[in-house]
Amino acid sequence: MVTESINWMAGGAQGAGVDTAANIFGKACGYGGLYVFGRREYHSNIKGLHSYFHLRVSLKEILANVNDVNLLAAFDAETVVRHIQEVTPEGGIIVDAMEMNRKILDIPTLPPEFKVQLDNFLKENGIGETLKDLLDFAEKKNVHVFPVPYIALLNKIGKQLNISQISKITRMINVLTIGVSFALLKYDKSLVEKAVKSMFPEKIATMNIVAFNEAYDYALRVFKDKLSFKLERTDAKEERIFVTGNQAVAMGKVLGGCRVQTYYPITPAADESEYLEEHQILKTGSEEEAIVVVQTEDEIAAINSASGAVMAGARAATSTSGPGFSLMAEGLSWAGHSEVPVVVTYYQRGAPATGLPTRHGQADLRFAMHAGHGEFPRIILASGDIRECFYDAANVFNLAEKYQMPVIHLIDKAMANCSQTYPVFPHEDFKIDRGAFLTEKDIDGKEYKRFSFTSNGISPRVALGTKGAVHWYTGDEHNETGHISEEVPNRRKMIEKRMMKLQLVDREIPSEEKMNFYGDKSSENVVVSWGSPKGAIIEASEMLKEEGFSLGFLQMRMLHPLPVEAVKRVLAGRKRIIDVEDNFTAQLAGVIKEKTGISPNFYILKYTGRPTTTTEIYEALKAILTGKASERQVLMSGN
Amino acid sequence: METKPSDFRVPDIFADWCPGCGNFGIMNALQMAFAELGLEPHRVVMVSGIGCSGKQAHNVRVNGVHTLHGRTLPFATGVKVANPELEVIAIGGDGDGLGIGAGHFVNAGRRNIDMTYIIHNNGVYGLTKGQASPTLKRDLKTKSLPKPNINDAVNPIGLAIISGYTFVGRSYAFDVRHLKDIIKQAIQHKGLAFVDCLQPCPTYNDINTKDWYAGEDRRDALGKPQSRLYKLEEAGFDPLVRDWKEDWQKKATALEKAQEWGDKIPIGVFYKKEYESTFEERISGRIPFYAERPPAKQKLGNEKGISTVDLSEFLDDLKTS
Repeated sequence: MVTESINWMAGGAQGAGVDTAANIFGKACGYGGLYVFGRREYHSNIKGLHSYFHLRVSLKEILANVNDVNLLAAFDAETVVRHIQEVTPEGGIIVDAMEMNRKILDIPTLPPEFKVQLDNFLKENGIGETLKDLLDFAEKKNVHVFPVPYIALLNKIGKQLNISQISKITRMINVLTIGVSFALLKYDKSLVEKAVKSMFPEKIATMNIVAFNEAYDYALRVFKDKLSFKLERTDAKEERIFVTGNQAVAMGKVLGGCRVQTYYPITPAADESEYLEEHQILKTGSEEEAIVVVQTEDEIAAINSASGAVMAGARAATSTSGPGFSLMAEGLSWAGHSEVPVVVTYYQRGAPATGLPTRHGQADLRFAMHAGHGEFPRIILASGDIRECFYDAANVFNLAEKYQMPVIHLIDKAMANCSQTYPVFPHEDFKIDRGAFLTEKDIDGKEYKRFSFTSNGISPRVALGTKGAVHWYTGDEHNETGHISEEVPNRRKMIEKRMMKLQLVDREIPSEEKMNFYGDKSSENVVVSWGSPKGAIIEASEMLKEEGFSLGFLQMRMLHPLPVEAVKRVLAGRKRIIDVEDNFTAQLAGVIKEKTGISPNFYILKYTGRPTTTTEIYEALKAILTGKASERQVLMSGN
Repeated sequence: METKPSDFRVPDIFADWCPGCGNFGIMNALQMAFAELGLEPHRVVMVSGIGCSGKQAHNVRVNGVHTLHGRTLPFATGVKVANPELEVIAIGGDGDGLGIGAGHFVNAGRRNIDMTYIIHNNGVYGLTKGQASPTLKRDLKTKSLPKPNINDAVNPIGLAIISGYTFVGRSYAFDVRHLKDIIKQAIQHKGLAFVDCLQPCPTYNDINTKDWYAGEDRRDALGKPQSRLYKLEEAGFDPLVRDWKEDWQKKATALEKAQEWGDKIPIGVFYKKEYESTFEERISGRIPFYAERPPAKQKLGNEKGISTVDLSEFLDDLKTS
């Protein structure tokens, strides 16, 4: 049977090449015209602890992750133990034949609290102590087990390639499991070879292709047609890319004119800066341009250097996560006060404190809204998927410069590290709007004041260095010239001038750019959410629609200033308002209630550090729509 | 057209430092140095931190960016990276640069950006009423301290030398001519220049006073005060590093000089290395057109404002067809 979609997972110790395996798998499927959605999960660890990559592959566009796994490629015993319950009936597990007798409770990397859980599970189901016992249990549930002698096969491959060092050979376990996976799925080998060639230098690609073929042929010979579903290539209608959120943001930034990026290493933001540095020379229609990437000594320096670059006339941004943003609070306040259009790309992760540094979270909305002492204007724009990450990353520079205020582009770990296939993002008509930005010619001998009072609060900017326009900035309250002033009437006017710009944002930017609505416009049920749960909500709503349930979905994008009237219009009079967020306190719901007086009556929340899946959103929404849910449901899926 | 120090005075601004503050001397020296170097005001950016010294940025008619406590160097770095054509002068107090901003002080040395950093060193946090700053010696009890200073002092000259600053000098706020010369040299130096500017705080530092520096308390037989300050250039000190082989030796000699304090305090140039690559040169090594088209000078879009960045360099690796 040719399947419309499959869910494949690779898992193993960190450093064992799980990411590489997933990228080869995803790209090979992409080359076959299929849509791919990948979710990457890893510990805060360099080598040894469990990591996995879950890939959905389908003929149709995929928007989110699900709970199920159809084929599990386990590099090690722990992967089997951790994910066996996710494997569906008729699905398969590829496992090292030599690991069968391993006592699973003795796996050293299993944390004590997981062992307790596992021990209970084994006892409840009368499962013995070895990996084989566990796999036998799965087989009773119609899961196919595919034991492969990893080392024997690798030795054979090593001989072919003249490699004797065992450490070098075991590095190819990932490619080996890919070979077995694709053989079981009867997928076109040439596409996998193409993927490998696109990712590695020739010599390494050749080695990997030999290993892949050996494993592929072995599995075809030994397992034949044991798996009941096949994966077939199709013709893609258009040119596509397989892209992560980090990469999409980086591309969006250079499109949007970002020419200085500062950062201090932090997960999950740093990948973006490294990617930018790798591609720092930018071809354009005429002469080349370039982005300068500066790794600063801390996040305090990062935001303030970015502000410095902005005052000198560049478009500049800094990228960080929660702990780094905490350090940026004072600099943000300075930028807001000094009307410096700096951009902060904020990748939320599991918090507070160090929290779950490599995991997901959406608990920083309130922090992004309120960080920094005093009252000053800012814009917060939250992307809901990788495509939005791209366009928003470009557009935030226009918003920042037009309204002369810091813009925080809120993203989360789920988007940063997910990879997804998309038609190449059209970007040929992106317009740079620098707002009121004067040059030497505009000044032309006239007196220039950086903070001149105007009817809408926007004082035309110049870059430091503009002839005829010597000017001043200060973090003290200042007069129009930019010199310190503590005078009462001036203070009132300056505060009002700055805050007035938010009204401009309210008036000038249409609500379609601030929020999206999906599904049934007139439904009595409406889901409200922001950020990465978007995809799961849309998919779950479509599933429910097929079952006859009606749902609308309001995705909030501009979270500050909140488009209050538009939100009121959408939410007023609905019977059920269901808030979905990956945090404990339902922060968006709180903001909406504060600004509109409208409260959701149901909450679906998740704060385990793992992104929401379509499966669990579907179940939670259905429970609400069928009257079986409590007001607050907490989601738990993921490993 | 010849520029005069008065060209760098800001009309309608009242410098609100205490009478007798060393900052007046530094302000005059800056205005004189800028004038003698013939700098155009719009091409100069003075970035300052918080404290009495922070106001320096308002009192000289060049672009002024009065920033946050301790963050002078990060702001200045961003300005210079975006537009290396600007003459960037960073100004801060001793608490600003060596206390709250010490991390930036050290890390700036690793980059050797072509700019000048002047620390106003008076041993106290003046604007918060006289607490001990990182340069106040241990066991000293200045006027408003409830107890003597419990911490040892940082050695700014030594820290700058081992952090990688390629020009390290010191002067004195009330020797305006000497200070002006040192500032001029610092600005003309290619690379990151540090100037430790000693200054009395007439209100809160009642130990290292103008009289103390002048040696009013120690007069020779003729009754002439014996200044505690002496000039390295007059003592035949050679700060110049000519090649990498003598670099560590020169550093060691400079550190030894930096240790001198009390009755003999050296001012002048401690260390100077001209061959080290600047941050701008290092960036140019990666972006060959950086000097002509730095971030602040790039077009970003065509005549219609449409961004013309060709993303194919990114997209080609991501394509699945």
